[in-house]
Amino acid sequence: MAALIEIERLTKRFGAFTAVDDVSFAVDRGEVVGFLGPNGAGKSTTMKMLAGFVTPTSGTARICGDDVVDRPVAAKRHLGYLPEGAPTYPEMTVTAFLGFVASIRGYRGSEATDRVAHAMGLTQLEGVRLQPIETLSKGFKRRVGLAQSLLHDPPVLVLDEPTDGLDPNQKHEVRELIRKMAPEKAIVISTHILEEVDAVCTRAIIIARGKVLADSTPKALEAPGRTLEQVFRDLTMPTPEAA
Amino acid sequence: MAALTVARRELAGYFATPVAYVFIVIFLMMAGALTFTLGGFFQRGQADLGPFFTFVPWLFLFLVPALTMRLWAEERRLGTIELLLTLPLPQWQAVLGKFLAAWAFCAIALLLTFPLVLTVNYLGNPDNGVIAAGYVGCLLVAGAYLAVGAAMSAMTKNQVIAFVLAVAVCFLFAAAGSPVVTEFLSQRIPMLAEVARGLSITERFNSLTRGVIALRDVVFFLSFMGFFLFVNAVVIDHRKAD
Repeated sequence: MAALIEIERLTKRFGAFTAVDDVSFAVDRGEVVGFLGPNGAGKSTTMKMLAGFVTPTSGTARICGDDVVDRPVAAKRHLGYLPEGAPTYPEMTVTAFLGFVASIRGYRGSEATDRVAHAMGLTQLEGVRLQPIETLSKGFKRRVGLAQSLLHDPPVLVLDEPTDGLDPNQKHEVRELIRKMAPEKAIVISTHILEEVDAVCTRAIIIARGKVLADSTPKALEAPGRTLEQVFRDLTMPTPEAA
Repeated sequence: MAALTVARRELAGYFATPVAYVFIVIFLMMAGALTFTLGGFFQRGQADLGPFFTFVPWLFLFLVPALTMRLWAEERRLGTIELLLTLPLPQWQAVLGKFLAAWAFCAIALLLTFPLVLTVNYLGNPDNGVIAAGYVGCLLVAGAYLAVGAAMSAMTKNQVIAFVLAVAVCFLFAAAGSPVVTEFLSQRIPMLAEVARGLSITERFNSLTRGVIALRDVVFFLSFMGFFLFVNAVVIDHRKAD
């Protein structure tokens, strides 16, 4: 069976600038891929292309076999996506917002109610369900975004910085949640936090200047007695000769 | 249909902020004031809503862009456009949903002018068929301006720019059939004068307020809306991530 996420020679150019340069990889069920890279490396752009928000200049991606360019709606059905910054509609209450997402995803009546309740349970939002999202703290807002991506129990999860802005306890809970869901899903998370990769990821992909520089298990990257941070710095810092 | 879900959310969004109330209050006050003062509702001694229908398109010219300016610009500013367009719905349904919400809102505002209809029926025996045709005309003009406004909103993340662009483009189509424009054109480029008259929203609206719901006028308005919704969808598709 083909992998749940297949990325094939994905490239995005903005004018003369190449944000993502010929990136290919596949993610199988049970894998949690940590997508690492300095700011501006092309992580978010890759994820946006995977989610069907940015159209690739060339190459493509498939989610559960559905091409994100040719069959965007089908591909999006298999996908739970948390955009960078976890945008939500500020004036809506948590329940109304999740209800809206459930309705777009085609759930009706009691099934929609159950889905919303389940997603709020997973992300511990029950206490604020009737509050407008704009009145919530940053951590809660992030969890509303996360709840939205988990609502339909998708086989593929793409989360752009899911723990950004959370306090250590909340970070721990989100990581636990990801770990718990990992066996039956293909998950890609982007992060700057290297310890997070050690904590939850089964595989790390390091990207800089649009290119994949390393793709291995966190253990293997660290193998020659180095920390992940050293590996990251060695790979992504421009070398003095090149500069 | 997902478009209706989008429309419902958007319509609720109007009422969640003061936008809805400010719009409705200003619209009703201005429509009423203009009808009774400048329009000479009582002095004319005629039982019809002629003065009201004269002013509504000009009120819409400024008020409708205020409704549409946030439709896409706000989504861009908040980043929620990324959320909306990565949900499994075809993009045209998002475009249509937003338009329908704004149109339904205009319909609500127009419905709230019902005291005028009651007043004129109390004072005399108006032709209510003409009045109904006038309301249909108002709704079609609102739809045309909304389609323009939504398309302009799709082009920018700045609501003020969206507003100004929308007023400018709507004014172009409102003024296209006015004598100033057509005379100017017919002296120089006679062919364009015909085109301008054909594209004039005011001209079409006036024939509706005379009580004639002609198929070609309705088709004009619907294709006008269709065209600008199409522009909206194309702009969103090409510039969604900018």
